[in-house]
Amino acid sequence: MTAPPGSASTPAPTGELPRVRFAARSRRNAELALLLLAMVVVAAYAATAEANLLDTVTFDFWVPIASITAVFLAIHVVVRFLAPYADPVLVPAVALVNGLGVAFLRRLDLGRATPDERADLTMFSGTGGRQLAWTLISVALAAGLLVLIRDHRAISRYAYTLVLAGIVLVITPALLPAKYSQVNPQSDAKLWISVGGFTIQPGEFAKLALLVFFAYYLVRKREVLSLASRRFLGIDFPRGRDLGPVIVVWLISLAVLVFQKDLGTSLLYFGMFVVTLYIATERVSWLIIGLLLFFGGAVLAWYLGSTVGGPFASFYTRVDIWLDPYGDPYGTGWQTLQGLLGLGTGGLFGTGPGAGQPTEIPEVHTDFVFAGLGEEIGLFGLSALLVIYLLIIERGLRAALAVRDSFGKLLAGGLSFTVCLQLFVIIGGVSGLIPLTGQTTPFLSAGGSSLMANWLLVAALLRISDAARRPVDSTSPARPSGVPAGPPAQLHGATTEVIRP
Amino acid sequence: MPALVITVARIGFIVLLWIFVFTVVGVIRRDLFAGARSSRLVAAPRGVGAVLGQNKPAKVKRGRAAHQLVVTAGQLAGTRITLGEAQITIGRAEDSTLVITDDYASARHARLVPRSGQWFVEDLGSTNGTYLDRAKVTGPTPVPLGVPIRIGRTSLELRP
Repeated sequence: MTAPPGSASTPAPTGELPRVRFAARSRRNAELALLLLAMVVVAAYAATAEANLLDTVTFDFWVPIASITAVFLAIHVVVRFLAPYADPVLVPAVALVNGLGVAFLRRLDLGRATPDERADLTMFSGTGGRQLAWTLISVALAAGLLVLIRDHRAISRYAYTLVLAGIVLVITPALLPAKYSQVNPQSDAKLWISVGGFTIQPGEFAKLALLVFFAYYLVRKREVLSLASRRFLGIDFPRGRDLGPVIVVWLISLAVLVFQKDLGTSLLYFGMFVVTLYIATERVSWLIIGLLLFFGGAVLAWYLGSTVGGPFASFYTRVDIWLDPYGDPYGTGWQTLQGLLGLGTGGLFGTGPGAGQPTEIPEVHTDFVFAGLGEEIGLFGLSALLVIYLLIIERGLRAALAVRDSFGKLLAGGLSFTVCLQLFVIIGGVSGLIPLTGQTTPFLSAGGSSLMANWLLVAALLRISDAARRPVDSTSPARPSGVPAGPPAQLHGATTEVIRP
Repeated sequence: MPALVITVARIGFIVLLWIFVFTVVGVIRRDLFAGARSSRLVAAPRGVGAVLGQNKPAKVKRGRAAHQLVVTAGQLAGTRITLGEAQITIGRAEDSTLVITDDYASARHARLVPRSGQWFVEDLGSTNGTYLDRAKVTGPTPVPLGVPIRIGRTSLELRP
């Protein structure tokens, strides 16, 4: 996979000048150092939490941390061999957030357990232990993706298969009876497929499949979408007939809103499409149209909820809680209020890991993990966490800028934006900026589906950033065996840099 | 556990978290501040360059020939190449004379060609263009001494 060093010995066609060559730095050692530093941070969190909760640091507090460190070191080794030029920051940053998630969930288990039960909290028991097991599986999946997909352009061949799978995954929970699709009896969102005690959240995987299709579709249609236009008020607006796909996706996301009663997921799908459309065409008008359509749809749903009720009623209730959380503080507003109170108690520096009362917040291990963590690490800790997320997203967008084929650009841009939008939806909901909808916090919330899907996303970003940062070797194209050499059959497979004097 | 230890651990954790953030930023600093740094680096010779651009070429032909190509900014900053009679190709391609690992450089970006003692820079149809001081290079352009040739984030200068 690396550029063959042997090509250095070929005589330069330009004469006998001393050749100045610098191997592109893969920066894998920086990644390793960052990864170890991240694990030290997680260990510090776990130790402080135990000191606060149990008044002592148990002898084997480091065992779960050591085991996730081993898992992350394994993915580091996989990256070192299979994607040597991948971005050095992605794995350590994600590992830190994931590790903090595991440590926080374990801290919740310790907080809930009575002193007698604490002895039984072994490595894989409780929510924290399950999350640890899920981390293992997810990282293995990510490594598997890196092994299977040696060139991200190969993914575009399965675009139609993936979109079919994605649509089936999205629709299934809506069609299933509530017994199989509603995990939490208090929440009326139908997002799950529950079979025999085993629950998956198909929407998490569907977003990846849909994104691959969006990228594939838009690369093929970008010319017509970006060139044919009518100018109005200084902004280029597309022709009516080109609005078709965006209307279709708008209808799908409205259907998600109505049948699965989940504003967050519908915003996520629609936002993903509009942003990939914007990346493909570089036209601001799509963002304006997208925002208008979404807010129009949301206001319409709210209005219908207040007059007709029925499938729109739950959305109406959510908006009601958002507008006035104190309206019913011990009923519908309880969760939101506890989250806000938790964040408020934390203040600037937080109560310290293990010293807060995050167990007071309902669903603190999934939707409200941000509020629970925020109470204990305070504004300073939370902003560090947000900056780490920002850096993950920035590296993804960076890979999108640097990669040389359009499909890779759209896919990497869309994937990083998905993380960003999902964070906005859930953190905006928890902090009261927008109506609360149940989304998982990427890498932090308890839940296998979310963790697996997000690690797959990171694996895709690693693969694309490897292609983006790999030194160009035009004499012997370093193409993996999966992709045939020679001119690509379709234009979107072509690199944008085939330039001859 | 004494309260002091708990307090130190609590603050220490947040400090560690921020140390991680800044270490990460340190690793990717070149990318984050690429625009700001490169504009500062080329801002210095701007006034000088404008003067040089008009007056120097005549002088160069008379005596002071360029003997070295120096990379003044970018990842290869500090690299020197002794100039001979052969042309110098610049780009990301492995067979270039100067292989630059710059995200904004093309595989075959530009070349420097000597013609009777005077070096000419020529853009080879790069994506992001080659700049001589602040002017975009469209055809073969004579390069005076000390005027920066800018390719992506990399700056090159001819030195006597």
